[in-house]
Amino acid sequence: MLKVENLTKSYASGGRSLTVLEAVSFELHAGDTFSIVGPSGSGKTTLLGLCAGLDRASSGSVWLNGIQLDNLNEDQRAAVRNEHVGFIFQNFQLLPTLTALENVLVPLELRGISNGTKTAQALLERVGLGGRGHHYPTQLSGGEQQRVSLARAFANQPKILFADEPTGNLDADTSATVVDLLFGLNREAGTTLVLVTHDLELAAKTQRVVRIKGGSVVSDSLTQRTAASTPAQ
Amino acid sequence: MSGPVNDALPSARPGVGWLWRMAWRDSRRSRSRLLLFLSAIVLGIAALVGINGFGDNLARSIDEQARELVGADLVLSSSQPFPSALQPTLRKLGRTRSDEVAFSSLVQFPKGEGVRLAQVRALTGGFPYYGDWVVEPAAAVATFRQASADKQRVALVDDALLVQFGAQPGDSIKVGNLTFQIAGRVRKTPGQSEFTASIAPTVFIPGALLAQTGLVQRGSRIQYRRYYQFASTINVDQLIKPLEPQFDKVNIDSDTVASRKKQTGRSFADLTRFLNLVAFVALLLGCVGVASAVSLYVREKISAVAVLRCLGASGWQALLIYLLQIALMGLLGAIIGATIGTVVQLLLPKVFAGFLPVAVSVAISWKAVAQGVLTGVLVAVLFALLPLLEIRRVSPLRTLRASYEENTKRADPLRFVVYGLIVAFITGFAYLQTREWKQALGFATGLLVAFGALAGLGYLLRRVVRRYFPSSWSYVWRQGLANLYRPNNQTITLTVSIGLGVFLLATLYLLQGLLLGRVQVAGSGNQPNLVLFDIQPQQRAGVVQLVKSRQLPVLQQVPVVTMRLAAINGRTASEFKKDSTRGVPKWAFSREYRVTYRDKLISSEKLDLGRPPSLGADGTPRISIEEGYFKRLKLKLGDTLTFNVQGLPLTTIVSGTRTVDWSRVQTNFLVVFPSGVLEAAPQFYVLMTRVPNNNVLGGVQRELVRSFPNVSAIDLGLILKTLDDILSKISFVIRFMALFSIATGLLVLISSVFVSRYQRVKESVLLRTLGASRRQILRITLVEYALLGLLAAIAGLVLSVFAGWALAIWVFEVSFVPNLGPLLILAVVTTGLTMLIGLLNSRDVLTRPPLEVLRSEAG
Repeated sequence: MLKVENLTKSYASGGRSLTVLEAVSFELHAGDTFSIVGPSGSGKTTLLGLCAGLDRASSGSVWLNGIQLDNLNEDQRAAVRNEHVGFIFQNFQLLPTLTALENVLVPLELRGISNGTKTAQALLERVGLGGRGHHYPTQLSGGEQQRVSLARAFANQPKILFADEPTGNLDADTSATVVDLLFGLNREAGTTLVLVTHDLELAAKTQRVVRIKGGSVVSDSLTQRTAASTPAQ
Repeated sequence: MSGPVNDALPSARPGVGWLWRMAWRDSRRSRSRLLLFLSAIVLGIAALVGINGFGDNLARSIDEQARELVGADLVLSSSQPFPSALQPTLRKLGRTRSDEVAFSSLVQFPKGEGVRLAQVRALTGGFPYYGDWVVEPAAAVATFRQASADKQRVALVDDALLVQFGAQPGDSIKVGNLTFQIAGRVRKTPGQSEFTASIAPTVFIPGALLAQTGLVQRGSRIQYRRYYQFASTINVDQLIKPLEPQFDKVNIDSDTVASRKKQTGRSFADLTRFLNLVAFVALLLGCVGVASAVSLYVREKISAVAVLRCLGASGWQALLIYLLQIALMGLLGAIIGATIGTVVQLLLPKVFAGFLPVAVSVAISWKAVAQGVLTGVLVAVLFALLPLLEIRRVSPLRTLRASYEENTKRADPLRFVVYGLIVAFITGFAYLQTREWKQALGFATGLLVAFGALAGLGYLLRRVVRRYFPSSWSYVWRQGLANLYRPNNQTITLTVSIGLGVFLLATLYLLQGLLLGRVQVAGSGNQPNLVLFDIQPQQRAGVVQLVKSRQLPVLQQVPVVTMRLAAINGRTASEFKKDSTRGVPKWAFSREYRVTYRDKLISSEKLDLGRPPSLGADGTPRISIEEGYFKRLKLKLGDTLTFNVQGLPLTTIVSGTRTVDWSRVQTNFLVVFPSGVLEAAPQFYVLMTRVPNNNVLGGVQRELVRSFPNVSAIDLGLILKTLDDILSKISFVIRFMALFSIATGLLVLISSVFVSRYQRVKESVLLRTLGASRRQILRITLVEYALLGLLAAIAGLVLSVFAGWALAIWVFEVSFVPNLGPLLILAVVTTGLTMLIGLLNSRDVLTRPPLEVLRSEAG
């Protein structure tokens, strides 16, 4: 589902080249759950951005559902994202000018599906916000916004879901609800999950944890969940 | 999670419908921002539609009423009686014809002893053939026409004259040696505007009685006219075409309905052209407003665009969502603007009433409305595209890192396409307004230079402040100055938008001064206020005696000889007509020259080149030419000019030029001959004096009518008052239209400063959080905006003085003496306003707790 090979990212900074990610490789199969952990500035968000096709690597390759992203331009990568990828962000990233329902509709509409309202409404109900579809993001709490974001992430039936610190901005109770929903929805849809987090407890809920530091992978281990979970294909 | 999701089938990309839907949804929460953008368009379009609509109505009315304007199908006119050799041809031309002899003369109302200069028109025949000759009682027209045949002494008199002297039909009026009974009150004569009627009101007398008035003498300034009426099937222009060479030879001018249409249209072109320029300025300022309001809008939308990109929208889809919004807002703004403009257009003819030669019928000009709306949308889209193009390049990475900055080092080729389109639009628009490529290109180049100069200045300011940063200055100054070059600074944007606004407004002001100054007459101090002219040589001593006997000064006494220009360096008018490359204006040969002769310059003149007029050793007169006229005719010292002095050719050599102060009430001349040449030519004298009050004036006028009936007296006070009325009407319209530009300029200033708020608020809040006092923040803000405002304003002013000079010299052909005082006030006001708006912008930061501001800005 996702194959990363020798991925390196460096920036020119003050006339010098600064390497933030160095020769990272791994492979995920359909239905795998995977987390990337590491201290601030270790390069985990950079890695997520590269895997999801939001950015280009300096060298190395990324294959997403068999498509090599390195050769695609930004618009082609956008099409791939719309077709195969779902996103959850730390700061929710809902479009402030759209209602909750409209936010969930966007990925469907971008696919040319004009009658997606029923799907979107069903997803909102699934995350417990069936009655809040006409509310704007500013009228929702942080937890509710993240739940709308979850519904949006699953709207286009993605093959793979990228979550960047999904509970980073939430309190403990709300976090628990969102995490339950995230893993629940993921199991139901059989989506591959890539999670970036500081929270080791949350990371432990995935099957595999990669730890990076200073841009390099320092450990890659399977968790106890691996044996228990079976990908729902 | 199987059920409902499975009905979603990935297939085609979203169509235009989705883009519209997103545009609509997204606009719901940002309409107040879009309003700012919309308002920038409204006023420019209103001005444009107002002027163009008025212009259309005027042109249509002139077209419809041209026949009434002339009153006949053909008018032949000359300052000499039509030569007898030509009479058979003229008779053959048409049967239905009228003759008129027109001149200025003092007329007297014996009842109240009132005297005034009037236009006397001695008429034979059925003129006017077209249009309403509004006379009260209506039967008076028939009486007058019959009187011509019967040699009865009846006259028709303009209403203005009767009102001034309280006279009525039935009273009598003395014209020259004859007293006429007033048969009717003339309210309106075809071809005569209220304006001409009030400067020189008309008295119509039967042509058959002209000789007996004794007013027509050799050398008098008289206009002979013959009016023809033809069957409607005859093409008059074709009919007279073969006769034109003969007419030219004896200086007969022909005027047909078609030529009058052209002429009348052209005489109002100067005014409408200027007003169009004003509208254009308002529109261009609006464009700057559009660009800066949209760039603010784009900044606010960047994170939403990043999310859309992340979810799979292409760069163009994201761009189109916002472009659709802007285009729709542009359309709405243009429609509102066109509506306001239509109201203005309906009001303009009322303001100009009495000044226009035709009654302008007011109708909504759908052409102007359509043009305005189209221009509005085009301007909105073009100028919004510049900031909007950035949207295509917004990286989805911004969703992960808010501080992510796109690599914008690589120039966007589409930006250059948009720049090209904008330049093409401005040039094309200027061409549509001026109908001259040279001027349109000049206008566009001027603007481009101004834009480049301002952007360059902004860049330079940033560099200079950074390079020579005064590290020893106080914290407030350092912080304020540093704001000019720190990342995300607005230095260039603000310098360009404020500077361009000041530049356009100041240029408009200078231009207004140029146009109004052109017709201003000084009428105070010890200047003459009574001009006596048409004094025949033998009457001269008597008139001087009359003036002196009333203890009035003879301020000036000059002989005037009328002549026409026949050739320049031996080349005649027709040779110049064939060779248009020489660029000698046609009027140089067609106008009548009033020339004087003397050997020295007078107080209102200054020697420019060469020498004063003198008689050469070979007897060839060395003449002096007015400096501006010398340039317009592209003459050189030593050129020969041949004049036709009432039938006799006279060759002269250009030996010098003079600068003439036209605003002084003097008899000023384009051409001055030396003494010893023209003394024997038919001529008249002009005498100037100053009368202390209307009583003395009345006395002089009455005495003149009694002793020298052919001598005219022009009451300059009366003329000045009339001119003043007209001027105040024109300047009212100019100021009214300039108001649109000023209001737009203010909006642009507000939106420019508003753009910078986005950056500044966060920084100021941070400073406050770190403990900066309100006073410090206030002063930092003031330093930054004062510097930006002052610099941009001064740059704009310097540019406008250049532009004013260029326009004066090349477009309006007048000398350029800018009035700098008001311009400096404009600089101070602009700086003050920039500071004030900057402060108002930061008032949130100053008055509310930092946290609250941060929260609301984040929302």
